[in-house]
Amino acid sequence: MPDRSEILNFLLGRLTLNSLPLDNTIVVVTFIVVAVIGICLLAFVTKKRYWGYLWRDWFTSVDHKKLGIMYMILGTVMLLRGFSDAIMMRAQQAVAFGDNMGYLPPHHYDQIFSAHGSIMIFFVAMAYIVGLMNYVMPLQIGSRDVAFPFLNNLSFWLTSSGVVLFMASLFIGDFSTAGWLAYPPVSELAQSPGTGVDYYIWGLQLSGVGTLLTGINFVVTIIKMRAPGMSMMKMPIFSWTTLATSGLIVVTFPILTATLFLLSLDRYLGMHFFTNDFGGNVMLYINLIWVWGHPEVYILVLPIFGVYSEIVATFSRKPLFGYSSMVYATLAIMVLSYLVWLHHFFTMGSGADVNSFFSLTTMIISIPTGAKIFNWLFTMYRGRVDYTVPMLWTMGFLFTFTIGGMTGVMLSVAPADFLLHNSLFLIAHFHNVIIGGVVFGVFAAINYWFPKAFGFRLNEFWGRLSFWFWLIGFWLAFGPLYVLGLMGVTRRLSHFDDPSLQIWFVIAAFGAFLILLGILSFIVQIYVSIRDRDVYAVGNDPWGGRTLEWSTSSPPPDYNFAFIPQIHERDAWFDMKERGVSRPMDGFNNIHMPKNTGAGLILGVLATLFGFAMVWYIWWLAIVSFLGIIVVSIGHTFNYHRDYHIPAEDVDRFEHSGNWAPNTEGGAA
Amino acid sequence: MSTDTIASSRRPAPTFYCREEPPVHNGTLLGFWIYLMSDCFIFASLFVANAVLGTQYAGGPTGAEVFDLVGLAWNTALLLVSSVTFGFAMLQIRQGNKRAMLGWLAVSGLLAAAFVGLEIHEFIDMIAQGAGPGRSAFLSSFFALVGTHGLHVTFGVVWLVVLMVQLSRYGATPDNIRRLRCLSMFWHFLDLVWVGVFSYVYLVGVLR
Repeated sequence: MPDRSEILNFLLGRLTLNSLPLDNTIVVVTFIVVAVIGICLLAFVTKKRYWGYLWRDWFTSVDHKKLGIMYMILGTVMLLRGFSDAIMMRAQQAVAFGDNMGYLPPHHYDQIFSAHGSIMIFFVAMAYIVGLMNYVMPLQIGSRDVAFPFLNNLSFWLTSSGVVLFMASLFIGDFSTAGWLAYPPVSELAQSPGTGVDYYIWGLQLSGVGTLLTGINFVVTIIKMRAPGMSMMKMPIFSWTTLATSGLIVVTFPILTATLFLLSLDRYLGMHFFTNDFGGNVMLYINLIWVWGHPEVYILVLPIFGVYSEIVATFSRKPLFGYSSMVYATLAIMVLSYLVWLHHFFTMGSGADVNSFFSLTTMIISIPTGAKIFNWLFTMYRGRVDYTVPMLWTMGFLFTFTIGGMTGVMLSVAPADFLLHNSLFLIAHFHNVIIGGVVFGVFAAINYWFPKAFGFRLNEFWGRLSFWFWLIGFWLAFGPLYVLGLMGVTRRLSHFDDPSLQIWFVIAAFGAFLILLGILSFIVQIYVSIRDRDVYAVGNDPWGGRTLEWSTSSPPPDYNFAFIPQIHERDAWFDMKERGVSRPMDGFNNIHMPKNTGAGLILGVLATLFGFAMVWYIWWLAIVSFLGIIVVSIGHTFNYHRDYHIPAEDVDRFEHSGNWAPNTEGGAA
Repeated sequence: MSTDTIASSRRPAPTFYCREEPPVHNGTLLGFWIYLMSDCFIFASLFVANAVLGTQYAGGPTGAEVFDLVGLAWNTALLLVSSVTFGFAMLQIRQGNKRAMLGWLAVSGLLAAAFVGLEIHEFIDMIAQGAGPGRSAFLSSFFALVGTHGLHVTFGVVWLVVLMVQLSRYGATPDNIRRLRCLSMFWHFLDLVWVGVFSYVYLVGVLR
């Protein structure tokens, strides 16, 4: 604004009153709803005097279990946000035909699909799988915590910084309209001069650093901190997949960081990596982002394969079929996932040789994945399968994911891809594998491990209802997109001319509505279970589990295990039960534990400020917050007293009072 | 208790719980090494950008026109020697001579600071000649890669100063020695990256 004084320009950068989208009714109403909910929540916490408790026991906690739970809550909150975007798009596409332009103007619609994609991947799926790995992996390998507990806390707060920036973009300024991967040249300054792409860049940079630290943390934890006797080939499959995923994070997230860094150099310093002029090369960005992006989808799905492996073995009352082949399949997928990125743009025109190579590697990756499917089926074969809620999700996954995998193989045929590229067929395919694979797996995992984390299991009725709504809703929402895609409808359209297509979009919108009911059922399930938690109370091993996490109390004590278990067999806890081992009840030791620290939260707040300042060109704030990050980090290194001991008496007291009752559900302990 | 309910014990049970607290394994060095490998991928991406864009001069200056190989030789010498002197500092861990250790660390820090100074000088020179990062894709990729390396070295120097304060104040405790080993890895890693920058960006850049 020309009439603004110099001092205001200095203080606020390009932030003005016009940056607030007061003219957009949808956003204003959303803002009011969010504000009311937020104020109620803050008032509730203040009234109940929970601040001290939250600060001491949660925000500053370095306990992998608490961080895991916080990640799961973060993922659920963001699922609601990402799903609101989804259902708005479905509603728009169901009505916007012919003269009816729908209720979303194109600029707003573009922001919605960009936000939907990035939020669902980075802050829903990633938050969920990092939460699961955080909670379960250290318990499965018989460890007291992760290798770097403080970094774990910092990772969480950096991820939250990204979330705050993404959410801020809803109410202050715009979000990116360049799609979930911000392809240039649209994402360049010349085409997107607003704040949207900057929100995207800084949100992802901050959370990306958090994810990278998590990856390093988990690799070291698994290599260094397994219980004595647990050789690699005795490790539970979920921990194996955690290792593979963490390894992939370590080798791919830096590429995302570098790519977004180059894009920000273009946008902030006028460089020419991906611009249309001065020798920039758009396809360099597309290649780099997919060198990260393709392994990313395996980062999401590998731990979920681990979840299914645990669940299938537990509820079939059998050891997992083909353990070694499962491990090798996981590792094969991990390596192959790095060699397929170009199949996202066969249409680039790199020639038949290059396309053939990536076409073949893409087809090959379906072999280890297929081997896994057969391993799960053979585990169930002649098992006594218990159709609990986690098992139900697993069955839904086997059916849905297999079809999604097959449409993936169809897309891997380069000539076919020339027709299907960027069509709704592709949209249907990747929702088929991500919802049918990752989301179903997350719900299976939540139902499976919830009793471990809280000491009571989740309500069955609402769990089953949620499953059926999701399964049927998914197929109704995405089945029509396969059809439309084969008819040539491309993605990201906010308006259509051909009225014959409308019926398919109406069916898809109805499917999305059923998924909404599925999500609501899940929330009701949580609510009902918490309300009736005394009815649902369980002991340490409600499902007749096979791995170590079921050997300790539900919820586990801070120190996880009073005595570190000694491992002899693959299914360590099953082995202990078989041999009638009982837990020692005396002779406890002082246990060495890491201390809580507020440094992670402070760094997260500073990083959020830094990101916000960079988005709005508030340079003084950017400099101050950046220096703040350096000073706090250095200050933290002067703290040499980062651990304490839990006295043996406290351990003794807990071990005699904790939640150990057998109280098993399947009766097969 | 669930385990009590199982009466049968078919095989004689070996130990299933460690009655003594097992030793704490410190994973910091491994973790830091893995971090360096991830950093490798950042540099790899920047090298890729340089490989793709290295001849996109957009009518602007070429590598042969802007690179000062004599200055570069000095720069390289400074950085490589600082790695040697850092090695001397590490040798003092066994000797237990804190003063010598701090001395060698100071020398390494000064050499690295001189390296950064020369690099800034080179950048300013190039920008003054009209060969700034916004001139062409080639120059963008050059400044991004060399600048990122320079930022790493700068960060290393800051870290070194902090660690020297901690070493002189709290002594060569196991915590501080562990940090020193991490910094040492970081230092040598940056040297290795520089060898790549030197030979690929500069030498090949002059030739193509």
